[in-house]
Amino acid sequence: MWSQEIIDMLIKGIGETLYMTIASTVLGYIFGLPMGVLLAVTDKDGLSPNALVYKVLDVVANIVRSIPFLILLILLIPFTRAVVGKSYGSTATIVPLVIAAIPFIARMVESSVKEVDAGVIEAARSMGASNIRIIVKVMLVEARTSLITGATIAIGTILGYSAMSGAVGGGGLGDIAVRYGYHRYQTDIMFVTVILLIILVQLFQTIGMYIASRLDKRK
Amino acid sequence: MSEKLDWQSASVVQYVHEFERRSRKAEDMSEIVVENLCKSYLSKDGKVEALKNVNLSIEAGDIFGIIGMSGAGKSTLVRCMNFLEVPTQGRVLIKGKSLSDYTEKELRKQREEIGMIFQHFNLLMQKSVLENVCFPLYIQGKKKKEAHARAMELLEIVGLTDKAAAYPAQLSGGQKQRVAIARALASDPKILLCDEATSALDPQTTYSILELLKDINTRFGITIVIITHQMSVVREICRRVAIMNEGEVVEEGLVSDIFSHPKSEVAKELIRKDTGADVEDGQRAVQPVIKSGEKIRIVFTANSAFEPVIANLILTFHEPVNILKADTKNVGGVAKGEMILQFMKDSTQVDAMKAHLKERGLEIGEVE
Repeated sequence: MWSQEIIDMLIKGIGETLYMTIASTVLGYIFGLPMGVLLAVTDKDGLSPNALVYKVLDVVANIVRSIPFLILLILLIPFTRAVVGKSYGSTATIVPLVIAAIPFIARMVESSVKEVDAGVIEAARSMGASNIRIIVKVMLVEARTSLITGATIAIGTILGYSAMSGAVGGGGLGDIAVRYGYHRYQTDIMFVTVILLIILVQLFQTIGMYIASRLDKRK
Repeated sequence: MSEKLDWQSASVVQYVHEFERRSRKAEDMSEIVVENLCKSYLSKDGKVEALKNVNLSIEAGDIFGIIGMSGAGKSTLVRCMNFLEVPTQGRVLIKGKSLSDYTEKELRKQREEIGMIFQHFNLLMQKSVLENVCFPLYIQGKKKKEAHARAMELLEIVGLTDKAAAYPAQLSGGQKQRVAIARALASDPKILLCDEATSALDPQTTYSILELLKDINTRFGITIVIITHQMSVVREICRRVAIMNEGEVVEEGLVSDIFSHPKSEVAKELIRKDTGADVEDGQRAVQPVIKSGEKIRIVFTANSAFEPVIANLILTFHEPVNILKADTKNVGGVAKGEMILQFMKDSTQVDAMKAHLKERGLEIGEVE
């Protein structure tokens, strides 16, 4: 099985998987981080409670999270085509991945931010800090370790989702596993891709945890 | 103003502040006035009235204590003084201006004038000591270099310059509170609010923190408001005190008056509970007059005589003894419990003294 062709294909698969995972995580955080902060801040005990904003974000997050990713992938095909011009390939897969990742990331950011000691926030208020300053300089800084741990979980989940895109010709290791393992009964290639996926998840997990503990000053 | 001055010339600063304080006093200008303050919450169990018609007036440069049992509303009251909590009714005036008249932005500016420290210190755990002290300076728009220089001056005041690069997790409770004090002073406040600032500290550390607060009060003329449930803290540092119970101020006045003539039941109860164990006064600790003499334990039993045993012992033998520990209770008119005594070094009368005590029905035991 170890022909040059297969090896090239696997390397390309790894590249595509990393591309989809990293791009989706970054884009997911660009939208998910503010959404999560907004959820935490507008909640009842938050910095600036706002029942309407909280409820809207809460419902949106729940709706998106309750749709299985495979279904979301298919449901979003018209939208994906409108955004990137086609509905297959790695770049096209990033669209549903980001849509699925945003509420997931938002929920994790929300819970990380809510963990920040209310006393520290109160102290910042007593010093005359504005809400924006409290969010940026207190909440996000104090929640740093928890946010990075969350990002590690998010990246693992998104990597798992990206493998599903194989079902719609999305590219990456998942695509290879589905095409060779499922459609052509070449279980050996499927095994190799699964092992590669495991190694990737392990790698992200280890790096994430290392960074999180290095940046944690609580000891 | 004090910023331009060298911290070394503290005596000048002190003089200027003292002058300002007196001239302000002449105008009868109160720093903080609380008028008919009410605060109620809606909780699961219905309406909770945390404050009921509270009136207080705190003079500039004073150290004012607010004491009460937990749930008396004192923490709510102090949070109304910088509008961390907005009262339901009534007014809070800082230097004659009502906090409710301020816009959100003006209120934030006003809060820079009012420092606050907390029971659990509330430091940024992910930031170094130096950066914690810089936090309020950045709020004031100071540049990093300037903020660092100022923060180092503040750390010098609280005696922690060597910990500037450390993180709060590496510090003891007392050191954390010192950092919090430095941080609270960074914006040159006129008022310092202390919310149970020594409640999480041991007696020795409590004493040193209170000394620091006294020092800050005299050096910079900052008005200090102290919330506590420990009468010993009030006794140690405050000039005036308000006693709170169930959301009301039941008694207010000079600390010396309240200690000698407590009127309310709560005041009496708080004074009764005050064993002095919460603050260990370094100066009042065992004087080294009597060193390394023999120690004995004496136990008061039902057989003990009705006489001032220790006083008579000293009068009889013309020799001091040191009471290292005393834990006696009045049980039905009879003293019960034990004391640990230490005799003078090289005393020749130890045996005679022991015999004297035994004659009066006391049991004598060894120590260590």
